[in-house]
Amino acid sequence: MSATGVAQRERLVVVGNGMAGVRTVEEILRRVGPEHYDITIFGDEPYPNYNRILLSNVLAGTEDVDNVFINSIDWYDRNGVTLRVRSRVCSVDRWAKKVFTCDGDSAPYDKLILATGSRPYFPPLAGIRSSDGKLLGGVFGFRTLDDCSAMLDSVRHSSRAVVIGGGLLGLEAARAMLARGLDVDLVHGSGDLMNQQLDSEAAGILRSTVQQLGITVHLKTKTVAVIGTSRVKGVIFDDGSNLAADMVIVATGVTPNVELAVEAGLTVQRAVVTDDRMRSLDDHSIYAVGECAEHRGQVYGLVAPLWEQAGTLADNLTAHNPKSVYLGSKIATKLKVMGVELATMGLKSATHEDDEVVKFLEPKRGIYKNVVLRDSKVVGATLLGDLSKVAFLLQAFDQGRPISEERHSLLFDIGSPDTQRSVAELPDDTQICNCNGVDKATLIAAVKAGNRSVKAAMSATRAGTGCGSCRTLVSDIVELACGGTVEEDPSSGYYVPAIPLSKPELVQRIRGMQLRSVSSVFDALSPGVEDALSKPGVASLLRTLWGGEYEDQRDARFVNDRVHGNIQKDGTFSVVPSMPGGVTSAAQLRRIADAADKYGVAMVKVTGGQRIDLLGVKKQDLPGIWADLDMESGFAYGKTFRTCKTCVGTEFCRYGLGDSTELGVSIDQRFKGLESPAKMKLSVSGCPRNCAESLVKDVGVVAIEGGRWEVYVGGSAGSHIRRGELLSVVGSKDDVLRLVGRFVQYYRLNGKYLERPYAFVEREGIERLRSVLVDDSEGLCDVLEAEIQASVDAYSDPWSEGDFPVTPNQFVRRIPVK
Amino acid sequence: MRLVDETCIGALERIPVGEGREVDLGGLLVAVFRTRSGSVHALEARCPHRGGPLADGLVDSTSVVCPLHGWRFRLQDGAALVGDSPTRSFAVREGDDGNIYVRCPAPASDGLGPAESPD
Repeated sequence: MSATGVAQRERLVVVGNGMAGVRTVEEILRRVGPEHYDITIFGDEPYPNYNRILLSNVLAGTEDVDNVFINSIDWYDRNGVTLRVRSRVCSVDRWAKKVFTCDGDSAPYDKLILATGSRPYFPPLAGIRSSDGKLLGGVFGFRTLDDCSAMLDSVRHSSRAVVIGGGLLGLEAARAMLARGLDVDLVHGSGDLMNQQLDSEAAGILRSTVQQLGITVHLKTKTVAVIGTSRVKGVIFDDGSNLAADMVIVATGVTPNVELAVEAGLTVQRAVVTDDRMRSLDDHSIYAVGECAEHRGQVYGLVAPLWEQAGTLADNLTAHNPKSVYLGSKIATKLKVMGVELATMGLKSATHEDDEVVKFLEPKRGIYKNVVLRDSKVVGATLLGDLSKVAFLLQAFDQGRPISEERHSLLFDIGSPDTQRSVAELPDDTQICNCNGVDKATLIAAVKAGNRSVKAAMSATRAGTGCGSCRTLVSDIVELACGGTVEEDPSSGYYVPAIPLSKPELVQRIRGMQLRSVSSVFDALSPGVEDALSKPGVASLLRTLWGGEYEDQRDARFVNDRVHGNIQKDGTFSVVPSMPGGVTSAAQLRRIADAADKYGVAMVKVTGGQRIDLLGVKKQDLPGIWADLDMESGFAYGKTFRTCKTCVGTEFCRYGLGDSTELGVSIDQRFKGLESPAKMKLSVSGCPRNCAESLVKDVGVVAIEGGRWEVYVGGSAGSHIRRGELLSVVGSKDDVLRLVGRFVQYYRLNGKYLERPYAFVEREGIERLRSVLVDDSEGLCDVLEAEIQASVDAYSDPWSEGDFPVTPNQFVRRIPVK
Repeated sequence: MRLVDETCIGALERIPVGEGREVDLGGLLVAVFRTRSGSVHALEARCPHRGGPLADGLVDSTSVVCPLHGWRFRLQDGAALVGDSPTRSFAVREGDDGNIYVRCPAPASDGLGPAESPD
């Protein structure tokens, strides 16, 4: 276009068609679409961009090469991005704002992104290069798709491979060569494999594991020369010994590609130095991202930091969030080697004298677990041979929250079903989600079809959307299928999917804007996007925040809360009357029996919460059966306080230490019907024999000798097993009611929607809860008690709606046609 | 060509705002929805997954979610947004008289259209 006053789009040139550069472009397109910038990408390689991380799997034969491509050529076209492949940029003229390729081409820019990545570092071994400067035949670096293809060509007529370098990439290459049927020697200069990530103990166990796979490991061994004239024949070590080889793979680190930046006069240390906006220090129209960028002294070679950098850079280039800054990344990595399970994050060992290290070793089984804590926060962890706790630890590490005082729970899932096999080893037809019957292959297919975040894959397959106990496994499989490039779903931090706010932000806006109805929340905070599945969460929160001032809109409720029963598979409902403490009477039982007969109840069942369930009641019969029962609702259908189970206690039991039944009845009557993020099941036991199973309840109370009561929170024995943690020991029933009230209100205000108390307690940490709720460290207790009292006072029995329906045809199954 | 009938199912106010209600059109069960944005839609009442009552589902301006297992359908045409198969949709309109009219295949008693057995 000519420059005749027509507004021209800014030109964005990206040097580097790798993961960092294209990710940045994707992030820009996601923010402002293709119209904003005129984008040109220069790529050295002849391909559209691909996922380098998956090359280890391609080399090992566990991944098809077609699957490594991230975007097709068509994608570039569709988004108006000009891709110049096989086009290496040789120089930048910063004053003319132009880049020049080695073959004489040029392109002007307004903004320039350097995403040149890095290349393998080759140590100066004698004989490694032929006279023309090229690598000797049979010697390989491991970086590009072409490197990978060349190795796969070579594998066919090779029988022995030597891998130099015992880091992450070296181990992956060695395992791949083994999988291709070669004899493999792994040579490492240090005394410890993966010495950057592992301490000596862990490295020793990893070495045994790797050797058991059939790889010969040579430590403290320095390679000095490569033998062979036209093709490699072997390598020589500094002690004079040698090894025969048909292939030598060098994986001794990488060198950032910074020549272009140096030549352009930009500040370069180990890589191109950037500020927190990913800008070069010297020229604010030039940015750097990925492995060629150095930020606050760090050069990252892993994909997660690169994603974060790309996001910040895109924010800045689109003025989407001009305050967006990158502050560095926490580093976590997993080794993708079949038969070796290894994950590391942060520190490998203590570095301060106050650091606490929790460690478990079982060398015979190849298991090593090590967690480094500082101020009760996870600052590092190494898991080898058993990754069962990796998801939990990664989350704790990322969020930097204080963790449970039970240190063993950092390393083990006591009492959970043993599901520990590497997800990579699971056969494709393994059922992953036992609720919805989703197998591994289906999940992987969903990821390949473009659902590259855990949440997207879950919603596409419905895996993990039932009881939720398989979610860790689901996220492991999604991660496996993404080859480490799993996308963070931004909505995972939102309180409800359709409103881009966390719970505290949402609460602030609701209070500040005085939003009292669900539709007003959508109108104000998510214009034009009403989302069915977000409505109940918003409704629950509004009721918690406004109590009696909440403006009820019935369409925001799940059907259970519209008709106050639990919907069954045939569309009928279950009716569970309130029965505090599990105590009933002959008169009540007679009414229940009569009602069951009159309304043709299909099954009468005693529930686990010590109540009676009448199943198979038709919607239109609900008002009638409630009237006949003349009992209050038991709320056995909502995200509310459900029930408080009790044992017999002191009145009859010869062991009883406290009147658990009386206390259980008081708890039930006080908290009945209370809306909460998820259902709450409580219990009271009259002695430590714990017949009411108080240790596995959301809140469990246990009488102990001396007239005192232990209060446990965060227990669970459903899809997830967790022992409750002791919040406090109190001296009277009134104290129990007060403390439980504080906990319940704090959970109502801070729990995420559908987050059960066991997950909430784990997330908050028992020490923090104790400090806030028992020691009143934040001065919140009076407010919590006043708020819970207001909610208690706002109680009304929803079954009274039987006589006074609040919506047209509320209890009509089918409206008659005129 | 299949014959279609238009059936009046009564005043719009019979369906609460943002909810659905089920009607029996000569053996064919239809769920009629009234969204907060003011539109009216009609889908076959039974979820193709396990027969869940769609009229009892959560509704937004474009979709309904089956209350049993979370299959989700586009109100406009019954396309499955979550789940494996779509459901049928029927043309529906609000008349000048404030009544809702649903167009659907003639009932089986006429021997002309597919019909569901009343349950």
